[in-house]
Amino acid sequence: MFLMARREHRLVFKNIDVRGYTRDIACYQKHGGYEILKKGLAMGGAAIRDEVKKSQLRGRGGAGFPTGTKWSFIDPAKTTKPIYLICNADESEPGTFKDRQIIHKDPHQLLEGMILSCFANGVKLAYLYIRCEFTEGWKIMEKALEEARAAGFLGKNILKTGYDLEIYVHRGAGAYICGEETGLIESLEGKRAYPRIKPPYFPAVLGLYMCPTIVNNVETLCNVKHIVEMGGEAYANIGRSNNTGTRLLCVSGDVVRPGYYEFPVGALTLGQLINDVCGGIRNGNRLKAVIPGGSSAKVLKAGEVYKIKEKGLDGKMLDKEVGLEDLRLDFDTLAAAGSMAGSGGVIVMDHTRDMVECLANISAFYAHESCGQCTPCREGVLWLKKILGRIAEGHGREDDPALLKEVADRIAGRTICAFGEAAAWPVQSFISKFKAEFSARIARNGSASRHDTISLLH
Amino acid sequence: MSTALEVGTENCAGPEAGEITPALEEQATDLIARYPVSARSAVMPLLHLWQETFGYIGPRGVEWIAKKLSLQEIQVLELVTFYPWFRQKPYGKFHFRVCRTLPCALGGAGKTFAALQKLMGLKPGTHEGVMVSADGRFSLEYSECLASCGTAPVVLCNDNFHEKVDEKKATELVGGCS
Repeated sequence: MFLMARREHRLVFKNIDVRGYTRDIACYQKHGGYEILKKGLAMGGAAIRDEVKKSQLRGRGGAGFPTGTKWSFIDPAKTTKPIYLICNADESEPGTFKDRQIIHKDPHQLLEGMILSCFANGVKLAYLYIRCEFTEGWKIMEKALEEARAAGFLGKNILKTGYDLEIYVHRGAGAYICGEETGLIESLEGKRAYPRIKPPYFPAVLGLYMCPTIVNNVETLCNVKHIVEMGGEAYANIGRSNNTGTRLLCVSGDVVRPGYYEFPVGALTLGQLINDVCGGIRNGNRLKAVIPGGSSAKVLKAGEVYKIKEKGLDGKMLDKEVGLEDLRLDFDTLAAAGSMAGSGGVIVMDHTRDMVECLANISAFYAHESCGQCTPCREGVLWLKKILGRIAEGHGREDDPALLKEVADRIAGRTICAFGEAAAWPVQSFISKFKAEFSARIARNGSASRHDTISLLH
Repeated sequence: MSTALEVGTENCAGPEAGEITPALEEQATDLIARYPVSARSAVMPLLHLWQETFGYIGPRGVEWIAKKLSLQEIQVLELVTFYPWFRQKPYGKFHFRVCRTLPCALGGAGKTFAALQKLMGLKPGTHEGVMVSADGRFSLEYSECLASCGTAPVVLCNDNFHEKVDEKKATELVGGCS
């Protein structure tokens, strides 16, 4: 079991870092590239949508929403407006660096998945929204698009099937909020990336240019290619029920071997990932805390035990007590433990790290990235940053932990988009789980209390 | 992929002055053509184009883009002030962005930043906004997550990306700026 757990199951990352594999179209085609596109075009759009539904694929950008369901909000046969598809390549959730690998090392896999998804949903115009900090990545994608166009996989009458599709790259400009799908759409329309008021909850109803729009993450679109290749049922056999397929996991922070790995969803536990796959905590230190799904996810504390409901062999739901290191890395288990699988970014902190400083760093991120549209978030997140800053600098006040919780509680649920929750959750979870550390820090006030255990506070 | 410690080719220093060449006009036309439904979508690509050509986005750039897309100037300017990547004044010839978000901080980004500050002759201890050296050669700022947390700390120098930049590598990087 433990030996098995260490073996990766590379599907999306099959060709990543393979010796001799290059990102040009010739190499991609030599490895079977664009053959699945031909298969998909022959299957027809409805059949592809059906396979994606059967696969139970859940979105890999953070929310974990079933892709087949998202697609099913649009019926290409009935809608009279054009349908758009946008690939969300604005990878910017702290702790996440999987899409970067695909874009840099296997861009045509993304394009093949994207073209298949466009074809399945009757899309004739699609955009790839890439963050501009990927300065090399956007040039790579532009070149890949040119190559695909020249080879007849894009443009008019693709592979003589009569299907037309254009894909263009659109670069962001350094704003995290563009990862929120309606913020992204506003940005693509040439406006400030203010997320849109819900309802409608999905851009499938009103999206880009007020037309039905599908927004999918890079990894999700790559998975579509593999689903078309192996069939939805075979794909659903990888991983676990309702948590199917493989997952790209990005591990950063205090482990011996940080990096990106691919495993069937739920195939290994948090402890196996940290200790077996990543070689344990670095410098011989002990585990203190883990953020399991990008910085927005609630923190998990070493030694915690979670009460989780799990289906037993007889099909009945059983109450189980599971320790932190035995938590299965899938959508449902991490949600049951009070956190989330999010974007797959696992940030590990060892026992030398000061939790006040870690949280101060996280809150500074959210204060910088709040788009400023909703007052509770614009003002509240700045308060969080300032209060945490003063505690970390040795000027904390006794009631600061309570004040932090109060402010965070008043942001979550009172904003147009989920950024409010993303900014509040780290604060709520750090304060409740490491309360003693915050109080001790405040009791020790003064310049002597400054540790700087994370190399920078702000 | 080049592994040498070289600085990027992005023009960060300005000045905004310079000829608007037919080649630039042509590039702009090509970019606008990518948005057949709404030309307004081309504001960000044109802002990138202008900044990369002239170093920063001043009133001249805002006016040129607004005219091209039949927009009010404020509809262009409001994007310049919203998106952190766009700048309204020239930076140093070599602009460094050091990722400051948690995984990079755990990896020592603060030490990298302090080392760069010293190497560039910038005032130590400060970190808000962009700092430009007196001779205009260097500029430095903290950036939010650059999505390469497994190789922390990371630095963008102009448009070139560098991983695992400790103090030693920072020294080499600055030494390579010429």
